[in-house]
Amino acid sequence: MNIVVCVKRVPMTQEVDLIIDEGKKGVREDELAYVINDWDNYAIEEAVLLQEKFGGTVTAVTIGDEEDEEVLRRALAMGADKSVRVDPGDRELDGFVVSGILAKVIRDLEFDLVLTGVQADDDNLGMVGIMLAEKLEVGHASVVVGVEPDGDSARVKVELEGGMDEVSNLRLPALLTVQTGINEPRYVSIMGIRKARKKELNVVGVEELGLSEEELTPMTRIEEVFLPPETDGAEMIEGDSSAVAEQILRIIREKGVGI
Amino acid sequence: MGEILVVVEHRQGEVREISKEMLFKAGEICRNASHELVAVVLADNAADNIVPEVAKMAERVLVFQDDRFNNFDSHLYREVLARLVRERNPFLTLMGHTSWGMDLAPALSIKSGYPLATDCVDIVIEDGRPSVVRQIYSGKLFSRVSFRESTGYLITVRPGAFLVPEEQPEVEGKTELHELYPDMAETGKEFLEFVDTGAGDVDITQADLLVSVGRGVGEEENIADVQELADVMGGTLSCSRPVVDKNWLPKYHQVGTSGKSVKPKVYFALGISGAFQHVAGIAGAGTVIAVNKDPKAPIFRVADYGVVADLFNVVSALKEKL
Repeated sequence: MNIVVCVKRVPMTQEVDLIIDEGKKGVREDELAYVINDWDNYAIEEAVLLQEKFGGTVTAVTIGDEEDEEVLRRALAMGADKSVRVDPGDRELDGFVVSGILAKVIRDLEFDLVLTGVQADDDNLGMVGIMLAEKLEVGHASVVVGVEPDGDSARVKVELEGGMDEVSNLRLPALLTVQTGINEPRYVSIMGIRKARKKELNVVGVEELGLSEEELTPMTRIEEVFLPPETDGAEMIEGDSSAVAEQILRIIREKGVGI
Repeated sequence: MGEILVVVEHRQGEVREISKEMLFKAGEICRNASHELVAVVLADNAADNIVPEVAKMAERVLVFQDDRFNNFDSHLYREVLARLVRERNPFLTLMGHTSWGMDLAPALSIKSGYPLATDCVDIVIEDGRPSVVRQIYSGKLFSRVSFRESTGYLITVRPGAFLVPEEQPEVEGKTELHELYPDMAETGKEFLEFVDTGAGDVDITQADLLVSVGRGVGEEENIADVQELADVMGGTLSCSRPVVDKNWLPKYHQVGTSGKSVKPKVYFALGISGAFQHVAGIAGAGTVIAVNKDPKAPIFRVADYGVVADLFNVVSALKEKL
């Protein structure tokens, strides 16, 4: 079973103050720490688990600059065999352009499955995986929480809204967008990442891929980034822990809950 | 003027709430810009239930009735819709930003060549061109997004972004039955079953007080601490998605779009940042009290009371008082 997994490096934004940049089209990125996109981490783990069970190779692909190789090394340390980074230069990227670049690279690889995350933590688009599947002309499923390959198809479990999963058979090759919680991603040590440096990491420039101008033209553009509109917001409870606890208990009791 | 197409999402014979929200928003846009609202229903004989419901909110309902639509299949939907947009050139096509919509909309975009913006919380038409508002960085910021010029545009709509008012004037939409195109390609997907993931030993939907824990709990061992607090308070323990993803609590504790919608008198959120998927599940809560270290956490935008603090300090202080 040969698997391609698409990964992205994203800024960590939990408990971080994001500052809108001067052009108001993005955020100041210089002081942010970067990590692997959470969904992609699960996708890599799923690829490696399937490879351990069924054999074959796992290839990790990302689009980005040299610093983004960090997520490829991480994928290699988790068990991927080889990796590709496409350098986009200073091209403007949106979900459409990204899917076009990925399709061009992946089309030449042998694969039974392509895995991506459901979405990325920064742009929250959730479109690249399925656009990629269409460009590769393979079947697809979104928000996948279980995969069991069986011959030339796979039993795929999709998470729906409202506490319900949908189980289907999907013909292979196919692309799945992987939801968090599908597995427990393994721990990666610094030592492991260092060792993975011996594994294959190829770099391709986007201009070498021979994509048309149409394929490299974004479908959408961010015109402005702004802070969430003001709401009434929460009434803040202040004071030391003991005073805060008193207040919380008072509010809960006032609302008719007996404690 | 052009049409606004709404792709109706339904499951097991029921129209999903997102469909009504899209019809409501599309209706509003149509009134302001004299477009025509057209709902599209792809269904098997469940169409008999679905169509009357939809016709109350759309001037025209296009129905493709076929046994192959007994369950959602994004490949079939894409085939039908791609041909439909080619025939009708709708100005806007709306789909839900749901598990199914996420599998359909990007596919339709590639097939039709229409540009797509996903997970939109607002839609504005200016000078005949749409632009949308969507959240980025998990709701910490908003963005206004424009499309490249096209005859039609595709948008997926975030569930809960456009709430339908209780008093909605009803229309009597015309129904048009369409034959399914004869040369539909075979699809590589076979539906097997639905699995209920919400059942378990604890029913969080019945609790008056939910003590709910999120990513901020940090370690699996710490869950016991919060469980203890829930016990002494006489409340029920619930959680947000990251806690279930890490297997620290079973799925039936999960509040949110993929878990359960809850309606306690008090929802006490500990270390929950407030992703929209979570917040959507607590819309029915009486009072929300949130504790989080991050003063910018989105949960404070929806909570009634907030505490910026380490949740464990608050948990121990509460235990001391009980």
